[in-house]
Amino acid sequence: MIIPHAKPGTSAKNLTGEWKAYMPVVEGSKCIKCGICQNFCPEGIMGVVKKVPEIDYEYCKGCSICAIECPVKCIEMERIEDD
Amino acid sequence: MPKEREKCPAGKEVLAMLKTVEGAVVAGEMAVNCKPDVVACYPITPTTHLTEALNKAYADGKIPEYITVEAEFSALSALVGASAAGARTFTTTGGQGLLYMHEVLFSAAGMRLPIVMLVGNRAVSSPLNIWNDEQDSISQRDSGWIQIYCKSNQEAVDAIPQAFYVAEKIFLPVMVCVDGHYLTHAVEQVDVVDEKRVQSFLPPYKYPLKLDPENPVSLGVYANPTHYQAFREDLMKDMETAKELLIEAGKKWGAVSGRSYGLFTEYKVKDAERVLIGLGSVMDNVITVVDELREKGEKVGALHLRVFRPFPREELRKALEGKNIGVIDRDISIGAQAPVYVDIAEALNGTSTKISSFYGGLGGRGIKRAHVREMFEKMKKGPVKEWVASTDVKLL
Repeated sequence: MIIPHAKPGTSAKNLTGEWKAYMPVVEGSKCIKCGICQNFCPEGIMGVVKKVPEIDYEYCKGCSICAIECPVKCIEMERIEDD
Repeated sequence: MPKEREKCPAGKEVLAMLKTVEGAVVAGEMAVNCKPDVVACYPITPTTHLTEALNKAYADGKIPEYITVEAEFSALSALVGASAAGARTFTTTGGQGLLYMHEVLFSAAGMRLPIVMLVGNRAVSSPLNIWNDEQDSISQRDSGWIQIYCKSNQEAVDAIPQAFYVAEKIFLPVMVCVDGHYLTHAVEQVDVVDEKRVQSFLPPYKYPLKLDPENPVSLGVYANPTHYQAFREDLMKDMETAKELLIEAGKKWGAVSGRSYGLFTEYKVKDAERVLIGLGSVMDNVITVVDELREKGEKVGALHLRVFRPFPREELRKALEGKNIGVIDRDISIGAQAPVYVDIAEALNGTSTKISSFYGGLGGRGIKRAHVREMFEKMKKGPVKEWVASTDVKLL
Protein backbone atom coordinates (compact mmCIF):
# COMPACT_ATOMS: atom_id res chain seq x y z
CA MET A 1 0.00 0.00 0.00
CA ILE A 2 1.41 3.35 -1.09
CA ILE A 3 -0.26 6.60 -0.07
CA PRO A 4 0.46 9.33 -2.63
CA HIS A 5 1.87 12.16 -0.51
CA ALA A 6 4.57 14.81 -0.55
CA LYS A 7 6.56 16.54 2.17
CA PRO A 8 7.15 20.32 1.89
CA GLY A 9 9.69 21.24 -0.78
CA THR A 10 9.43 17.99 -2.67
CA SER A 11 7.73 19.51 -5.73
CA ALA A 12 11.26 20.34 -7.00
CA LYS A 13 11.78 16.59 -7.35
CA ASN A 14 9.10 16.43 -10.04
CA LEU A 15 11.20 16.74 -13.19
CA THR A 16 8.65 18.48 -15.40
CA GLY A 17 11.13 18.43 -18.31
CA GLU A 18 9.85 15.04 -19.34
CA TRP A 19 6.75 16.70 -20.79
CA LYS A 20 8.53 18.20 -23.77
CA ALA A 21 8.29 16.97 -27.34
CA TYR A 22 10.71 19.64 -28.71
CA MET A 23 13.88 20.88 -27.00
CA PRO A 24 15.43 24.34 -27.48
CA VAL A 25 19.03 24.30 -28.70
CA VAL A 26 21.03 27.57 -28.63
CA GLU A 27 23.63 28.47 -31.21
CA GLY A 28 25.94 30.38 -28.85
CA SER A 29 28.01 32.17 -31.54
CA LYS A 30 24.89 33.95 -32.89
CA CYS A 31 23.59 34.94 -29.40
CA ILE A 32 23.69 38.68 -28.59
CA LYS A 33 23.07 38.09 -24.86
CA CYS A 34 20.04 40.41 -24.89
CA GLY A 35 18.29 38.49 -22.05
CA ILE A 36 14.91 38.38 -23.82
CA CYS A 37 14.63 34.57 -23.73
CA GLN A 38 15.65 34.54 -20.07
CA ASN A 39 12.96 37.07 -19.19
CA PHE A 40 10.23 35.38 -21.23
CA CYS A 41 10.92 31.80 -20.12
CA PRO A 42 7.90 30.81 -17.95
CA GLU A 43 10.01 28.25 -16.08
CA GLY A 44 13.05 30.42 -15.34
CA ILE A 45 15.45 27.78 -16.58
CA MET A 46 17.41 29.74 -19.24
CA GLY A 47 20.29 30.79 -16.96
CA VAL A 48 21.19 34.42 -16.19
CA VAL A 49 21.04 37.57 -18.34
CA LYS A 50 24.10 38.96 -20.09
CA LYS A 51 25.27 35.40 -20.67
CA VAL A 52 24.55 32.82 -23.38
CA PRO A 53 21.53 30.88 -22.02
CA GLU A 54 22.30 27.65 -20.19
CA ILE A 55 19.15 25.59 -20.32
CA ASP A 56 18.12 23.26 -17.47
CA TYR A 57 16.52 20.51 -19.55
CA GLU A 58 15.24 18.68 -16.44
CA TYR A 59 12.61 21.39 -16.05
CA CYS A 60 12.27 22.82 -19.62
CA LYS A 61 8.77 21.90 -20.86
CA GLY A 62 9.59 22.70 -24.49
CA CYS A 63 7.07 25.54 -24.89
CA SER A 64 9.13 27.32 -27.66
CA ILE A 65 8.58 30.82 -26.24
CA CYS A 66 12.37 31.42 -26.17
CA ALA A 67 12.74 30.43 -29.81
CA ILE A 68 9.82 32.61 -30.90
CA GLU A 69 10.99 35.67 -28.93
CA CYS A 70 14.69 35.46 -29.83
CA PRO A 71 15.45 38.61 -32.00
CA VAL A 72 18.38 36.94 -33.82
CA LYS A 73 16.73 33.50 -34.14
CA CYS A 74 19.62 31.61 -32.56
CA ILE A 75 17.35 29.09 -30.78
CA GLU A 76 16.16 26.02 -32.72
CA MET A 77 13.44 23.69 -31.44
CA GLU A 78 14.57 20.12 -32.10
CA ARG A 79 12.14 17.18 -32.12
CA ILE A 80 12.89 14.61 -29.43
CA GLU A 81 12.76 11.12 -30.88
CA ASP A 82 10.58 8.98 -28.60
CA ASP A 83 9.71 5.58 -30.02
CA MET B 1 -36.44 -9.51 25.00
CA PRO B 2 -33.11 -11.12 24.11
CA LYS B 3 -33.69 -14.41 22.44
CA GLU B 4 -31.29 -17.29 22.16
CA ARG B 5 -30.19 -18.19 18.66
CA GLU B 6 -28.50 -21.09 16.96
CA LYS B 7 -24.87 -21.78 17.71
CA CYS B 8 -22.57 -19.66 15.59
CA PRO B 9 -19.75 -21.30 13.59
CA ALA B 10 -17.27 -20.68 16.41
CA GLY B 11 -19.48 -22.81 18.66
CA LYS B 12 -20.38 -19.96 20.99
CA GLU B 13 -23.95 -19.14 21.90
CA VAL B 14 -24.93 -15.80 20.46
CA LEU B 15 -27.65 -13.62 21.88
CA ALA B 16 -29.71 -11.70 19.41
CA MET B 17 -31.81 -8.64 20.16
CA LEU B 18 -34.38 -8.57 17.41
CA LYS B 19 -36.00 -5.23 16.77
CA THR B 20 -38.74 -4.31 14.36
CA VAL B 21 -37.36 -1.17 12.79
CA GLU B 22 -36.98 0.80 9.55
CA GLY B 23 -33.89 -0.01 7.45
CA ALA B 24 -32.42 3.50 7.21
CA VAL B 25 -32.89 4.14 10.94
CA VAL B 26 -31.33 0.87 12.06
CA ALA B 27 -28.35 1.45 9.76
CA GLY B 28 -27.77 4.64 11.75
CA GLU B 29 -27.84 2.70 14.99
CA MET B 30 -25.17 0.34 13.69
CA ALA B 31 -23.07 3.20 12.32
CA VAL B 32 -23.08 4.71 15.83
CA ASN B 33 -22.07 1.34 17.32
CA CYS B 34 -19.00 1.46 15.05
CA LYS B 35 -18.06 4.71 16.87
CA PRO B 36 -17.28 7.06 13.98
CA ASP B 37 -15.33 10.20 14.99
CA VAL B 38 -16.68 12.42 12.22
CA VAL B 39 -19.89 12.22 10.18
CA ALA B 40 -20.81 14.60 7.36
CA CYS B 41 -24.02 14.09 5.40
CA TYR B 42 -26.26 15.96 3.04
CA PRO B 43 -29.74 14.48 3.29
CA ILE B 44 -31.25 12.95 0.14
CA THR B 45 -34.05 10.48 -0.51
CA PRO B 46 -33.94 7.53 0.15
CA THR B 47 -31.49 7.76 3.11
CA THR B 48 -32.81 10.96 4.73
CA HIS B 49 -33.91 8.97 7.78
CA LEU B 50 -30.36 7.70 8.22
CA THR B 51 -29.09 11.30 8.13
CA GLU B 52 -31.71 12.17 10.75
CA ALA B 53 -30.67 9.22 12.92
CA LEU B 54 -27.01 10.32 12.74
CA ASN B 55 -27.98 13.91 13.54
CA LYS B 56 -29.90 12.72 16.58
CA ALA B 57 -26.94 10.58 17.67
CA TYR B 58 -24.73 13.69 17.46
CA ALA B 59 -27.24 15.71 19.47
CA ASP B 60 -27.26 12.93 22.06
CA GLY B 61 -23.46 13.04 22.27
CA LYS B 62 -22.90 9.65 20.66
CA ILE B 63 -20.93 11.03 17.69
CA PRO B 64 -18.15 13.52 18.55
CA GLU B 65 -18.32 15.59 15.34
CA TYR B 66 -21.07 16.14 12.78
CA ILE B 67 -20.27 18.53 9.94
CA THR B 68 -23.31 20.10 8.29
CA VAL B 69 -22.50 20.73 4.65
CA GLU B 70 -24.19 22.38 1.69
CA ALA B 71 -23.99 19.46 -0.74
CA GLU B 72 -22.74 15.93 -1.29
CA PHE B 73 -19.50 17.09 -2.90
CA SER B 74 -18.71 18.90 0.35
CA ALA B 75 -19.89 16.01 2.51
CA LEU B 76 -17.36 13.64 1.03
CA SER B 77 -14.67 16.33 0.78
CA ALA B 78 -15.07 17.06 4.50
CA LEU B 79 -14.60 13.38 5.24
CA VAL B 80 -11.49 13.19 3.05
CA GLY B 81 -9.91 15.77 5.36
CA ALA B 82 -11.23 14.17 8.54
CA SER B 83 -10.15 10.68 7.50
CA ALA B 84 -6.64 11.90 6.62
CA ALA B 85 -6.44 13.59 10.02
CA GLY B 86 -7.00 10.19 11.61
CA ALA B 87 -10.76 10.13 12.18
CA ARG B 88 -13.09 7.19 11.54
CA THR B 89 -15.64 8.59 9.11
CA PHE B 90 -19.11 7.70 7.88
CA THR B 91 -21.61 9.23 5.48
CA THR B 92 -24.63 8.35 3.37
CA THR B 93 -26.15 9.38 0.05
CA GLY B 94 -27.79 7.94 -3.07
CA GLY B 95 -28.86 8.72 -6.63
CA GLN B 96 -27.98 12.29 -7.68
CA GLY B 97 -26.04 12.75 -4.43
CA LEU B 98 -23.68 9.93 -5.32
CA LEU B 99 -23.21 11.32 -8.82
CA TYR B 100 -22.39 14.70 -7.32
CA MET B 101 -19.66 12.97 -5.26
CA HIS B 102 -18.18 11.41 -8.40
CA GLU B 103 -14.92 13.39 -8.47
CA VAL B 104 -14.25 13.04 -4.75
CA LEU B 105 -14.94 9.28 -4.87
CA PHE B 106 -11.86 8.80 -7.04
CA SER B 107 -9.80 11.18 -4.86
CA ALA B 108 -10.72 9.39 -1.62
CA ALA B 109 -9.79 6.00 -3.08
CA GLY B 110 -6.55 7.35 -4.57
CA MET B 111 -5.56 8.88 -1.21
CA ARG B 112 -6.29 5.50 0.39
CA LEU B 113 -8.84 6.86 2.87
CA PRO B 114 -11.03 4.21 4.53
CA ILE B 115 -14.30 6.16 4.46
CA VAL B 116 -17.48 4.08 4.81
CA MET B 117 -20.64 5.23 3.05
CA LEU B 118 -24.11 3.77 2.95
CA VAL B 119 -25.62 4.25 -0.50
CA GLY B 120 -29.39 4.15 -0.70
CA ASN B 121 -29.63 3.00 -4.31
CA ARG B 122 -31.80 5.27 -6.40
CA ALA B 123 -32.45 5.88 -10.09
CA VAL B 124 -30.65 8.79 -11.74
CA SER B 125 -32.02 11.74 -13.71
CA SER B 126 -33.35 12.37 -16.29
CA PRO B 127 -36.26 11.96 -15.94
CA LEU B 128 -36.19 12.68 -12.23
CA ASN B 129 -37.04 9.62 -10.19
CA ILE B 130 -36.57 8.92 -6.49
CA TRP B 131 -37.32 5.19 -6.66
CA ASN B 132 -34.95 2.29 -6.71
CA ASP B 133 -32.54 0.83 -9.18
CA GLU B 134 -28.77 0.40 -8.95
CA GLN B 135 -27.63 2.72 -11.72
CA ASP B 136 -26.06 5.19 -9.28
CA SER B 137 -23.53 2.90 -7.59
CA ILE B 138 -22.94 0.70 -10.64
CA SER B 139 -21.92 3.83 -12.55
CA GLN B 140 -19.24 4.45 -9.87
CA ARG B 141 -17.80 0.94 -10.04
CA ASP B 142 -14.43 2.06 -11.45
CA SER B 143 -13.79 4.63 -8.70
CA GLY B 144 -11.66 2.38 -6.47
CA TRP B 145 -14.33 1.89 -3.78
CA ILE B 146 -15.18 -1.55 -2.49
CA GLN B 147 -18.89 -2.21 -3.16
CA ILE B 148 -21.01 -4.49 -0.97
CA TYR B 149 -24.64 -5.05 -2.05
CA CYS B 150 -27.19 -6.09 0.55
CA LYS B 151 -30.23 -8.26 0.01
CA SER B 152 -31.92 -7.45 3.34
CA ASN B 153 -31.70 -4.91 6.14
CA GLN B 154 -30.03 -7.55 8.32
CA GLU B 155 -27.29 -7.84 5.70
CA ALA B 156 -27.02 -4.03 5.53
CA VAL B 157 -26.64 -3.66 9.28
CA ASP B 158 -24.07 -6.47 9.40
CA ALA B 159 -22.15 -5.02 6.44
CA ILE B 160 -21.37 -1.68 8.14
CA PRO B 161 -18.88 -2.97 10.77
CA GLN B 162 -17.40 -5.36 8.20
CA ALA B 163 -16.95 -2.39 5.86
CA PHE B 164 -14.96 -0.49 8.51
CA TYR B 165 -12.94 -3.62 9.28
CA VAL B 166 -11.89 -4.15 5.65
CA ALA B 167 -11.50 -0.44 4.82
CA GLU B 168 -9.19 0.23 7.74
CA LYS B 169 -6.99 -2.80 7.01
CA ILE B 170 -6.47 -2.27 3.28
CA PHE B 171 -6.98 1.53 3.29
CA LEU B 172 -9.71 1.64 0.69
CA PRO B 173 -13.14 3.27 1.03
CA VAL B 174 -16.27 1.10 1.07
CA MET B 175 -19.82 1.62 -0.24
CA VAL B 176 -22.51 -0.41 1.48
CA CYS B 177 -25.24 -0.45 -1.18
CA VAL B 178 -28.81 -0.83 0.03
CA ASP B 179 -31.81 -0.69 -2.30
CA GLY B 180 -33.67 2.56 -1.74
CA HIS B 181 -37.24 2.23 -0.42
CA TYR B 182 -37.31 -1.58 -0.88
CA LEU B 183 -34.87 -1.80 2.03
CA THR B 184 -34.27 1.71 3.41
CA HIS B 185 -37.97 2.16 4.10
CA ALA B 186 -38.81 -1.46 4.89
CA VAL B 187 -39.75 -2.13 8.50
CA GLU B 188 -38.60 -5.61 9.41
CA GLN B 189 -36.96 -7.60 12.19
CA VAL B 190 -33.27 -6.91 12.50
CA ASP B 191 -30.67 -8.02 15.03
CA VAL B 192 -28.39 -5.09 15.87
CA VAL B 193 -25.15 -6.24 17.45
CA ASP B 194 -24.43 -3.98 20.44
CA GLU B 195 -21.58 -1.50 20.67
CA LYS B 196 -19.47 -3.66 22.98
CA ARG B 197 -19.47 -6.62 20.63
CA VAL B 198 -18.94 -4.39 17.57
CA GLN B 199 -15.93 -2.83 19.30
CA SER B 200 -14.50 -6.28 20.10
CA PHE B 201 -14.67 -6.99 16.35
CA LEU B 202 -13.37 -3.64 15.13
CA PRO B 203 -9.80 -2.56 16.01
CA PRO B 204 -9.20 1.20 16.47
CA TYR B 205 -8.49 3.21 13.29
CA LYS B 206 -4.98 4.44 12.64
CA TYR B 207 -4.06 6.22 9.41
CA PRO B 208 -0.34 5.74 8.76
CA LEU B 209 0.15 9.30 7.49
CA LYS B 210 -1.77 11.49 9.86
CA LEU B 211 -2.26 15.10 8.77
CA ASP B 212 -0.40 17.08 11.42
CA PRO B 213 0.74 20.74 11.33
CA GLU B 214 3.91 19.76 13.27
CA ASN B 215 4.92 17.34 10.53
CA PRO B 216 3.25 18.61 7.35
CA VAL B 217 2.50 16.50 4.27
CA SER B 218 0.31 17.01 1.21
CA LEU B 219 -1.92 14.13 0.15
CA GLY B 220 -2.97 13.09 -3.33
CA VAL B 221 -0.83 15.74 -4.96
CA TYR B 222 0.61 15.84 -8.48
CA ALA B 223 2.26 12.72 -9.88
CA ASN B 224 4.28 12.78 -13.09
CA PRO B 225 3.65 10.45 -16.01
CA THR B 226 6.65 8.58 -14.57
CA HIS B 227 4.88 7.86 -11.28
CA TYR B 228 1.11 8.14 -11.76
CA GLN B 229 0.45 4.68 -13.18
CA ALA B 230 2.48 3.01 -10.43
CA PHE B 231 -0.01 4.37 -7.86
CA ARG B 232 -2.95 3.06 -9.90
CA GLU B 233 -1.25 -0.34 -10.25
CA ASP B 234 -0.79 -0.43 -6.47
CA LEU B 235 -4.46 0.43 -5.99
CA MET B 236 -5.50 -2.37 -8.34
CA LYS B 237 -3.28 -4.89 -6.51
CA ASP B 238 -4.67 -3.91 -3.10
CA MET B 239 -8.26 -4.10 -4.35
CA GLU B 240 -7.50 -7.72 -5.28
CA THR B 241 -6.11 -8.33 -1.74
CA ALA B 242 -9.30 -6.83 -0.30
CA LYS B 243 -11.11 -10.02 -1.40
CA GLU B 244 -9.29 -12.05 1.26
CA LEU B 245 -10.02 -9.39 3.86
CA LEU B 246 -13.71 -9.37 2.95
CA ILE B 247 -13.82 -13.14 3.46
CA GLU B 248 -11.91 -12.77 6.75
CA ALA B 249 -14.29 -10.05 7.96
CA GLY B 250 -17.33 -12.14 6.95
CA LYS B 251 -16.05 -15.11 8.95
CA LYS B 252 -15.05 -13.07 12.02
CA TRP B 253 -18.43 -11.36 11.99
CA GLY B 254 -19.94 -14.83 12.07
CA ALA B 255 -18.19 -15.48 15.36
CA VAL B 256 -19.58 -12.23 16.77
CA SER B 257 -23.13 -12.35 15.45
CA GLY B 258 -23.82 -15.89 14.29
CA ARG B 259 -24.15 -14.69 10.70
CA SER B 260 -21.19 -15.32 8.38
CA TYR B 261 -20.74 -13.73 4.97
CA GLY B 262 -18.74 -14.42 1.82
CA LEU B 263 -18.15 -12.67 -1.50
CA PHE B 264 -21.46 -14.07 -2.76
CA THR B 265 -24.29 -16.19 -1.39
CA GLU B 266 -25.25 -19.36 -3.21
CA TYR B 267 -28.78 -20.68 -2.85
CA LYS B 268 -29.28 -24.22 -4.16
CA VAL B 269 -26.64 -23.56 -6.81
CA LYS B 270 -24.53 -26.74 -6.46
CA ASP B 271 -26.87 -29.14 -8.34
CA ALA B 272 -28.79 -26.46 -10.25
CA GLU B 273 -29.01 -26.43 -14.04
CA ARG B 274 -30.36 -22.88 -14.27
CA VAL B 275 -29.15 -20.11 -11.94
CA LEU B 276 -30.20 -16.47 -11.69
CA ILE B 277 -27.56 -14.02 -10.47
CA GLY B 278 -28.15 -10.52 -9.23
CA LEU B 279 -27.38 -7.80 -6.71
CA GLY B 280 -29.48 -6.60 -3.82
CA SER B 281 -33.06 -7.04 -2.71
CA VAL B 282 -34.36 -8.51 -5.99
CA MET B 283 -32.60 -11.74 -5.03
CA ASP B 284 -35.11 -12.38 -2.24
CA ASN B 285 -37.83 -12.72 -4.90
CA VAL B 286 -35.56 -14.99 -6.91
CA ILE B 287 -34.98 -17.21 -3.85
CA THR B 288 -38.73 -17.49 -3.25
CA VAL B 289 -39.27 -18.58 -6.86
CA VAL B 290 -36.36 -21.05 -6.61
CA ASP B 291 -38.14 -22.75 -3.69
CA GLU B 292 -41.40 -22.77 -5.63
CA LEU B 293 -39.85 -24.27 -8.79
CA ARG B 294 -37.78 -26.78 -6.80
CA GLU B 295 -41.05 -28.16 -5.41
CA LYS B 296 -42.10 -28.81 -8.99
CA GLY B 297 -38.83 -30.65 -9.56
CA GLU B 298 -37.03 -27.97 -11.57
CA LYS B 299 -33.31 -27.73 -10.84
CA VAL B 300 -32.92 -24.00 -10.34
CA GLY B 301 -30.79 -21.84 -8.06
CA ALA B 302 -29.98 -18.25 -7.08
CA LEU B 303 -26.67 -16.48 -6.51
CA HIS B 304 -26.58 -13.14 -4.72
CA LEU B 305 -23.47 -11.26 -5.73
CA ARG B 306 -22.70 -9.52 -2.45
CA VAL B 307 -19.33 -8.05 -3.34
CA PHE B 308 -19.25 -6.45 -6.79
CA ARG B 309 -15.91 -4.64 -6.33
CA PRO B 310 -13.47 -6.33 -5.97
CA PHE B 311 -15.13 -8.61 -8.51
CA PRO B 312 -14.90 -12.28 -7.42
CA ARG B 313 -13.97 -13.45 -10.92
CA GLU B 314 -12.28 -16.79 -10.24
CA GLU B 315 -14.68 -17.69 -7.43
CA LEU B 316 -17.72 -17.09 -9.67
CA ARG B 317 -16.16 -19.07 -12.49
CA LYS B 318 -15.77 -22.02 -10.14
CA ALA B 319 -19.36 -21.77 -8.88
CA LEU B 320 -21.09 -21.25 -12.23
CA GLU B 321 -19.02 -23.00 -14.90
CA GLY B 322 -21.06 -25.14 -17.30
CA LYS B 323 -24.46 -24.03 -15.99
CA ASN B 324 -27.24 -22.15 -17.74
CA ILE B 325 -27.18 -18.78 -16.01
CA GLY B 326 -29.07 -15.49 -16.21
CA VAL B 327 -27.74 -12.17 -14.93
CA ILE B 328 -30.21 -9.59 -13.63
CA ASP B 329 -29.01 -6.01 -14.03
CA ARG B 330 -31.03 -3.27 -12.40
CA ASP B 331 -28.85 -0.81 -14.27
CA ILE B 332 -27.84 -0.39 -17.91
CA SER B 333 -24.88 0.84 -19.91
CA ILE B 334 -26.45 2.90 -22.65
CA GLY B 335 -25.02 1.81 -25.98
CA ALA B 336 -23.47 -1.40 -24.62
CA GLN B 337 -24.33 -4.60 -22.73
CA ALA B 338 -25.46 -4.52 -19.09
CA PRO B 339 -22.49 -3.97 -16.71
CA VAL B 340 -22.90 -6.90 -14.28
CA TYR B 341 -23.59 -9.24 -17.21
CA VAL B 342 -20.42 -8.07 -18.95
CA ASP B 343 -18.23 -8.80 -15.92
CA ILE B 344 -19.78 -12.24 -15.40
CA ALA B 345 -19.57 -13.11 -19.10
CA GLU B 346 -15.88 -12.18 -19.04
CA ALA B 347 -15.30 -14.35 -15.95
CA LEU B 348 -16.86 -17.35 -17.73
CA ASN B 349 -15.29 -16.71 -21.11
CA GLY B 350 -14.14 -19.89 -22.82
CA THR B 351 -16.43 -22.19 -20.79
CA SER B 352 -19.58 -23.94 -21.98
CA THR B 353 -21.74 -21.75 -19.70
CA LYS B 354 -24.89 -20.34 -21.31
CA ILE B 355 -25.38 -16.76 -20.16
CA SER B 356 -28.55 -14.70 -20.50
CA SER B 357 -28.80 -11.01 -19.70
CA PHE B 358 -31.95 -9.54 -18.17
CA TYR B 359 -31.89 -5.81 -17.55
CA GLY B 360 -34.62 -3.60 -16.20
CA GLY B 361 -36.54 -2.98 -13.02
CA LEU B 362 -35.45 0.64 -13.33
CA GLY B 363 -36.72 3.62 -11.40
CA GLY B 364 -38.97 1.64 -9.08
CA ARG B 365 -40.32 -0.78 -11.69
CA GLY B 366 -40.52 -3.89 -9.53
CA ILE B 367 -39.09 -7.22 -10.63
CA LYS B 368 -41.82 -9.47 -9.30
CA ARG B 369 -42.00 -13.21 -8.80
CA ALA B 370 -43.91 -13.54 -12.10
CA HIS B 371 -40.97 -11.88 -13.87
CA VAL B 372 -38.54 -14.25 -12.17
CA ARG B 373 -40.60 -17.28 -13.29
CA GLU B 374 -40.58 -15.85 -16.81
CA MET B 375 -36.78 -15.41 -16.73
CA PHE B 376 -36.23 -19.00 -15.59
CA GLU B 377 -38.59 -20.15 -18.38
CA LYS B 378 -36.78 -18.14 -21.08
CA MET B 379 -33.41 -19.51 -20.01
CA LYS B 380 -34.62 -23.03 -20.91
CA LYS B 381 -34.67 -22.15 -24.62
CA GLY B 382 -31.24 -20.60 -24.75
CA PRO B 383 -29.31 -17.43 -24.01
CA VAL B 384 -31.36 -14.25 -24.39
CA LYS B 385 -30.53 -10.60 -23.89
CA GLU B 386 -33.60 -8.55 -23.15
CA TRP B 387 -35.46 -6.08 -20.97
CA VAL B 388 -37.20 -7.46 -17.94
CA ALA B 389 -40.41 -6.07 -16.43
CA SER B 390 -40.94 -4.16 -19.65
CA THR B 391 -44.51 -3.13 -20.37
CA ASP B 392 -46.14 -1.04 -23.03
CA VAL B 393 -46.57 2.39 -21.51
CA LYS B 394 -47.81 5.31 -23.58
CA LEU B 395 -45.22 8.04 -22.89
CA LEU B 396 -46.85 11.03 -24.56
